[in-house]
Amino acid sequence: MIEQNLILILVLLPFIGALAAATLPVNAHGAAAWVSGLSLAGGLVILVTLYPQISEDEVVRSLVRWLPILSINLNFRMDGFAWMFTFIVLSIGLLVVVYARFYLSKTDPVPRFYSFLMAFTGAMVGMLLSGNILMLVVFWELTSIMSFLLIGYWHQAQAARDGARMSLIVTAGGGVALTVGMLVLGQIVGGYDIDLVLRSGAVIREHPLYPVVLVLVLIGAFTKSAQFPFHFWLPGAMAAPTPVSAYLHSATMVKMGVFLLIRFQPALGGTDLWFWLVCGIGMLTFTMGAVIALFRHDIKGLLAYSTISHLGLITALAGMGSEAAIIAAIFHICNHAAFKASLFMTAGIIDHETGTRDLRKLSGLRKALPVTFILATIASAAMAGVPLLNGFLSKEMFLTETMATHGGGLLNRALPWIAAFGSVFSVAYALRFVMEVFFGPEAQDLPSKHVHEPIHWMRLPVELLVILCVAVGIMPWLADPILNIAGRAVLGPEMHDAHVALWHGFNMPLMISLFALAAGAALWVTFSARINAGPEGPPLLYRIRAQKIYEWLLLRLTWVWPRGLHRLFGTERLQPQLRLVIVLGIIAAAVAVWGGLKASETRLTNDLNPAFAVMWLIGGACAIGAAWQAKYHRFAAMVLLGGAGLITCVTFAWFSAPDLAVTQLVVEIVTTVLLLLGLRWLPKRREEIVGDDLLPAKIRRGRDLIIAVIGGAGLAGLAYVVMTRPLIPNIGDWFLRNAYYEGGGTNTVNVILVDFRAFDTFGEITVLAIVGLTVYALLRRFRPGSESIGAPEQQQGYAADQLGDFMLIPSVIMRWMFPVTLVVAAYFFFRGHDLPGGGFSAGVTVAIGLLLQYLASNVRWIEARITILPIRWMGLGLLIAAATGIGAWLFGYPFLTAHARYLDLPLIGKVPMATAMAFDLGVFLAVVGATVLLLIAIAHQSLRAARLRELEEEKAVEKAQKQKEAV
Amino acid sequence: MEIVLSAAIGVLAASGIWLVLRPRTFQVVIGLCLLSYAVNIFIFSMGRLTIGKPAIMPKGGWVNAAEYADPLPQALVLTAIVISFATTALFLVVMMVSKGLTGTDHVDGSEPDRNSEGK
Repeated sequence: MIEQNLILILVLLPFIGALAAATLPVNAHGAAAWVSGLSLAGGLVILVTLYPQISEDEVVRSLVRWLPILSINLNFRMDGFAWMFTFIVLSIGLLVVVYARFYLSKTDPVPRFYSFLMAFTGAMVGMLLSGNILMLVVFWELTSIMSFLLIGYWHQAQAARDGARMSLIVTAGGGVALTVGMLVLGQIVGGYDIDLVLRSGAVIREHPLYPVVLVLVLIGAFTKSAQFPFHFWLPGAMAAPTPVSAYLHSATMVKMGVFLLIRFQPALGGTDLWFWLVCGIGMLTFTMGAVIALFRHDIKGLLAYSTISHLGLITALAGMGSEAAIIAAIFHICNHAAFKASLFMTAGIIDHETGTRDLRKLSGLRKALPVTFILATIASAAMAGVPLLNGFLSKEMFLTETMATHGGGLLNRALPWIAAFGSVFSVAYALRFVMEVFFGPEAQDLPSKHVHEPIHWMRLPVELLVILCVAVGIMPWLADPILNIAGRAVLGPEMHDAHVALWHGFNMPLMISLFALAAGAALWVTFSARINAGPEGPPLLYRIRAQKIYEWLLLRLTWVWPRGLHRLFGTERLQPQLRLVIVLGIIAAAVAVWGGLKASETRLTNDLNPAFAVMWLIGGACAIGAAWQAKYHRFAAMVLLGGAGLITCVTFAWFSAPDLAVTQLVVEIVTTVLLLLGLRWLPKRREEIVGDDLLPAKIRRGRDLIIAVIGGAGLAGLAYVVMTRPLIPNIGDWFLRNAYYEGGGTNTVNVILVDFRAFDTFGEITVLAIVGLTVYALLRRFRPGSESIGAPEQQQGYAADQLGDFMLIPSVIMRWMFPVTLVVAAYFFFRGHDLPGGGFSAGVTVAIGLLLQYLASNVRWIEARITILPIRWMGLGLLIAAATGIGAWLFGYPFLTAHARYLDLPLIGKVPMATAMAFDLGVFLAVVGATVLLLIAIAHQSLRAARLRELEEEKAVEKAQKQKEAV
Repeated sequence: MEIVLSAAIGVLAASGIWLVLRPRTFQVVIGLCLLSYAVNIFIFSMGRLTIGKPAIMPKGGWVNAAEYADPLPQALVLTAIVISFATTALFLVVMMVSKGLTGTDHVDGSEPDRNSEGK
């Protein structure tokens, strides 16, 4: 139980550190470093506490149930391999924090840096400890995002932004491939638990989808570990601050790919495909990285390619897959982390003290930086594989493995030769780094004049790592326990105990090592001058750069091709778009009902009532008339539209839908007023100017008419066929039977709205509120067109103070009607649950009452007398509706479960009291608020126009005065 | 009755579609209103036409569902009426603002080229 919590704390601690660091003031250098350092140190303490169990090959687990229905749980597991990796991440993280404290300048915003760094650490630890392959992918992508933010830390620089974007696209893209791979893998083995996947190796390898899974997982691993052909993002990532490069891009994050390979080697490995792909790409990357590193002039560039090369070496070992190869890979992960992190920090010190990282400018620094010189030399020697240092040991193991047989024929025979070739270049670039920077004549033209050793705290992390390199190199048995624990976690308990030894006798690997040392030195001595004079990259090869290809592709994919497609197929004009939508809609409907659309044999018909036919004759005429007149006679079109709406309303009433009739009626009124208010702001349309009689316009109208007629006829036919068919029993029957017993109301439609399907209604009033706010926001900046500012025709000829009496009699009538409207609204509201009515129609009725006041009287006069705060009404309504829903939780029911009962009130009698009533009240308030907000926002525009009018008049007067003065 | 109502749906829908395809914003607003009438009646008619049997229950007792109009399409249409009111309002305001910003009430925000597009 305690271990469980310890694992959770271990994962959460860095994230807590990140949050804490993020809240610190911008210049809190010390505090931010302390917070981060302490959270990492806390993690290390937890790791040490867990060591006894881990050393007995126990797997410590922690399970937090999250979505048990979908069997998705937060599931962490720590075995020896994860323990070792977490230890590397936390300890190097701690050293990097100490280093960064003195590396970053006073002006850098440090809390952001440390909080990103801690969040990255958390993501990394989470990835390492994930017990579920989907969780692993989530943390995996999280590290990509944090890496993006850290590379872009100095976002003022173009290189930082480009490098960050490139690394994000490449690694997150690989993460997507990994996600798909993991999903397929989960489907194959029937679960996403890592233990299950690792047990099912045989099943996976037999499965026909095995190659797909393998390739997808490898793309994920190779992008993260910068293997060919995805290696190019890593040099770009060197735009990050050096502590970040040391931490993410050499010691930890780029190792995630090889972590994945080694972890899943028992499940996915052991086939020829695995050997060829993983070992082949690994060896290719190993040599290519080593060759390019020799030709880089930037120290960090050299180290970046060297990192790529070493990652290739580890990948190749994972590809070989034998017991000894896996041990060698794990050992090299540790060794590389130690010497590469120290080298990056050294590069940072050199950069920090001299102001440049260019190998051609740096020279003879061993006098100015004597301690750094010794540290860098030892670390480089470890990198080159010089005996008595840790790098030598793991490289020796690597060379031994290349000699062994692993299957794969040709590649297997070529392995020792490729390894020897790459090793020569490894020695050469390590030598070049040391010789160029520290030997030779003292440099004269460095950006910084007084080069001196950095503050000791900044060198301390490097010293510790270098001591570790030497200690392991001389006393290799120190590494045995850790290697055995980690190895058994990957390979299983039956693994033979591994022993790292310094001396194996004069054998082939030692020969290759010695040859590489000699040949590498010779290579550098012979060509050093020519390399310095050459371009940034190997001869000829430097012209082909993966980064260029990537940029070319990125430009095409995100800019050129989409634009081209848009030009080809896109239009910004609304009419063709709508035409397309409607035609596609008609086609889709036709395809869907084609063949199935037959009149049923038993006709269900009502006898024709002539009054109904006459009514719709008028309704149809209204609709066609509105369509005909909408362009030149807007007012007429609006009146005709209202006619069609009223007949629709009567139709609802006719066919037993009183609720719809009431709602349609009130909405019709509000819509008409709304249109009337908007009409004022449209330009006058003059028939004589527009070329409506020209042939193209006629053709267009003809075509649209055909589309319209087809659409209308189709809908009519469909409606007729369905309407005459007998009704099959459906869910409506259930609603009818249960409206009273379950919902406590007799008006089934209302009960559906406020009880059975209350969630829909909740969404609906939210939409209404959003529309109200949008309209309000849109109109705050509204400026009417110049031709609409003038006073309307009816108001011209009156003085401004007489306008208050403009519609005296209607306004008195409407004022008297106001209380009546409110009573009607209350009536609608209270009977809603049992009889037609309800919150919505009541709300719109209140809105109409208010609106009539605005319509008939001066806006300022009204607002001096009633204060309406529509936004508050709306907010209150939504809150009440939500509170009613949440109230159900208190009684252990799902959101919006209603409760109904009848109360006996004195004098009044039995009154239905349902929680649905409170919900309906919320609906009512929200509707009043939204509708009034809409209408007032539009109505206020006339005030604004009046103000503009006054302003213009004032301007005209001023102008006239000035002219007079001038005369 | 059915034949009259389906014809009515057809006429409303055709007028609506024709207007929606027109170039002036006001035409499109009117078109959307007509189209929403058509669609609302269409959805409503999916519950079949019943006269004089609104879905209002007695209090208690067994309920014969065949005695009442289908309440489900009605509830759906009630929601649809509200939403179409909201979209009409929103579009009307967008129309006003677009007129204020661009100086024209053409749906594309600019007057068509007089020579080629004489709408």
